[in-house]
Amino acid sequence: MMIDTPVAMKIIAKNEESPDVFTLTLQFMEEKETGYDFQPGQFNMLYLFGVGEVPISILAHGEDNSLYAHTIRRVGRVTQGLSLLKIGDCVGLRGPFGRGWPLDKAQGKDVLIVTGGLGCAPSVSIIHHILKHRERYGRLIILQGVKHSDDLIFRKQYQEWAQLPNVQVALAADISQPNWPGHTGLITELLDQVHLDLSKTLCMMCGPEGMMRATAERLTQLQLPEDAIYLSLERNMECAIGHCGHCQFGGTFICKEGPVFNYPEVKFLLSQRGF
Amino acid sequence: MESRKPRIAIHKFTSCDGCQLAFLHLGEDLLELSEKVDIVHFVEMGPINPLAKVDVAYIEGSISTPDEKERIQHIRANSRYVITIGACATSGGIQALRNFANTKEWMKAIYATPDTIATLETSTAISAHIKVDFEIYGCPVNSQQILASLLSLLHQTTPTASRDKVCLECKRLGYACVMVTKGEPCMGPVTQTGCGALCPSLGRGCYACYGPAENTNTTSFAKWLSSLGLSDEEIARRFLFIQNNAPAFKEEGIKLKGKNKHD
Amino acid sequence: MLYFLAYEQINDLLNALRTLGYTCMGPQVQDGTIVFDELNHAAQLPWGVHDMQKPGYYRLQQSEKKEAFAWANGPQAIKPLLFKPKESLWRVQKNDDGKLIFKEIMPDHKPVALIGARSCDLAAMAIQDKTLLKDKFIDKQYQWHREHLFVIAVNCSYSGGNCFCVSTQTGPKATSGYDLALTEVDKGFVVDIGSDKGRNLITTLKCIPATETNSRQADTRTAQAASMQTKRMPKNNSRELRNILMNHLDHPRWHEVAERCLSCGNCTAVCPTCFCHHQTETPVAQGDGSVHAREWDSCFTQGHSYIHGQVVRDTTEKRYKQWLTHKLGTWWDQFDTSGCVGCGRCVTWCPVGIDLTEEMAAIAGESNVVTDKKKGPHDD
Repeated sequence: MMIDTPVAMKIIAKNEESPDVFTLTLQFMEEKETGYDFQPGQFNMLYLFGVGEVPISILAHGEDNSLYAHTIRRVGRVTQGLSLLKIGDCVGLRGPFGRGWPLDKAQGKDVLIVTGGLGCAPSVSIIHHILKHRERYGRLIILQGVKHSDDLIFRKQYQEWAQLPNVQVALAADISQPNWPGHTGLITELLDQVHLDLSKTLCMMCGPEGMMRATAERLTQLQLPEDAIYLSLERNMECAIGHCGHCQFGGTFICKEGPVFNYPEVKFLLSQRGF
Repeated sequence: MESRKPRIAIHKFTSCDGCQLAFLHLGEDLLELSEKVDIVHFVEMGPINPLAKVDVAYIEGSISTPDEKERIQHIRANSRYVITIGACATSGGIQALRNFANTKEWMKAIYATPDTIATLETSTAISAHIKVDFEIYGCPVNSQQILASLLSLLHQTTPTASRDKVCLECKRLGYACVMVTKGEPCMGPVTQTGCGALCPSLGRGCYACYGPAENTNTTSFAKWLSSLGLSDEEIARRFLFIQNNAPAFKEEGIKLKGKNKHD
Repeated sequence: MLYFLAYEQINDLLNALRTLGYTCMGPQVQDGTIVFDELNHAAQLPWGVHDMQKPGYYRLQQSEKKEAFAWANGPQAIKPLLFKPKESLWRVQKNDDGKLIFKEIMPDHKPVALIGARSCDLAAMAIQDKTLLKDKFIDKQYQWHREHLFVIAVNCSYSGGNCFCVSTQTGPKATSGYDLALTEVDKGFVVDIGSDKGRNLITTLKCIPATETNSRQADTRTAQAASMQTKRMPKNNSRELRNILMNHLDHPRWHEVAERCLSCGNCTAVCPTCFCHHQTETPVAQGDGSVHAREWDSCFTQGHSYIHGQVVRDTTEKRYKQWLTHKLGTWWDQFDTSGCVGCGRCVTWCPVGIDLTEEMAAIAGESNVVTDKKKGPHDD
């Protein structure tokens, strides 16, 4: 049911993260759908009544993981309409879709999370997962880059994470305000500042493709094996089940085989334009 | 929009009134809509209040007189969201053919007392004068486009329209391609969709009344028309017709006319 | 065992199918082309009609020959019956409390018997099955249409000017995917049975076994269709093309073809394997309901590669490259086959006559012309 046709969800919380980014927390309206389970890195299709659907990455929380948060940037028709909804309003949801982050492969490793812009949102679920199962993973290093320091969302959350043992947080902004606590410059420059043990590191990335390409190139220069790099890609996703063809990326459908890919799987096409 | 009913105005500039009919052709849906919105100005239907402050103003017609140039500014100031409808409002209309001619001489040739007529040298699109929020192309536009735009706004989002080529719709509807089966010139491959491939459904070629599609290749298309036996002048006329002032068509039309002169 | 179905029995066949509850769809001439529409009587078939096909060119010609299938193909065949140009997926209603109630929309019409599918069409159907049916996710609407389809294939006796199924190994004789397969011979058809449903139908019709002469003639006709083909896909449409394409993404030919291409999407709309579609939303005027549907889309539109305010493939060159590198290239990665079945429709129905075999020849460096061509019956 939830794959082909949406189910009704109620908005139970709404946070304005920045002037054009907001988070909607949703809860099932029907008891029977509580079997819903997802992997960090997967996404849902959110449906706005009378307008259409949009793919949004998932973050679960609440006592029994029964609340699903979706951080959304207001950019198109659906997201613009979603931004005007209020607590108590109803939306539709199909999902979860796609392949998430490689949780098993990351076990016993230091996990380096590199995100840019709103790419931080799909990584929150994996950070939560690692923090919840702290004993399974080594150091957690979180790098987030933004164009302008004012664009940083989840500021409080980064501060909280930075206080935790064995967790390092570093921020970078291309352009920064005077009170900016992070680095001013490119996110790749942070890679040299955080002292990585590349012999046991697994990297997960999400953000603009240019940023991910540059980061992957820098990491491989630093001798991190290519297959220790995972990245989350995005294309137009309309059906979310690999049928509509819009998210084709060479021989893969990003909605189905992705959105998380191992770097060698997509390295060649990432360097080509128009795919 | 707030909980009060949104207010709508339908204004007319230089045009034939045909696009406004798309509202009336909505039939029952218009009755449904009038439950949801207040139509405060729509001369063709009855209510007259040209200076009303409204949420959405639909504009038909082009700017071709000094008076219209001023009037459109008031409308913009009084309207939260402006939608232009039809070829006249979106690209200047068939009457923009005057932009390629000497208006004063034409006036002299046609009217006994041209001095008594206040007109501009050109006919231009509304967007050449004010910020337009959304454009609906077509000559005339159809009711479904109008309905979709209003329903989008009522669902708290911006309207949208496909700018794909007519061909895709023609194929979805299963119409025979008039160009491939009969060699009949059809502007479908450079014209934007929205009409439901009306002309090809009747076995005739599209004459581009919906204006250029996105990413048109007018040069290659003109070459193909030429191979079907059309002269440059004939091809130019196909571009310089109802949507003559739409940039992609204007450019190709002028290029072909120029070529014709040098031949 | 092969059977013989006389021309006079075509109406019996149609009647039998109707008795079983099918709507019969078959080829007929409409608006200067051969289309599949409801077939009520054998007289509606395109008797004696030949199709002349060239890049960007399709004309029908009437001859005195009493043959119903003396043509290659029209713009469409099976695709619009299974993967509909427009299809509703679900309906949503907003109740008084503001809650959304979603309801799936499933097709509901009589099953269809298609008469006259070509081997290329069946090869394409098998490919669409891989995409929409034999995948991790099943397209329920496609599945419904597929399960309610009876296929009577007709092996080709003639090839059109743009056919190249011999080189793609998808024709001119159908090998699977049919309930019955006919080959036109003098006074009727040789019938091959492809399924139990097909066998039952032939039993009902009391068809006599085909004679040795019938069968020999059928083979000759199919061989005739094969020998008429003047085009071929370079590298015989093999996986090798995939690597050639992916290794030549900077080939100047991409730019050259983009100068001709209108980016209109006709090629993708007539392609029997193209499956791209986009989702549409149509709210009702009352404001309390909406219908979510899908319709054919094309990788030649800007919407196809749109993501948050940007178009990934903003030029015709990128779009054409996407189309061809997918169709003949990365299709292999996804479905372990080429996406091309050699029907030539994209060549015929391109408004400016772009020929993909010619484009491939330029990039792959191997000719798209059949050199050992024998003279065909239409060449006189």
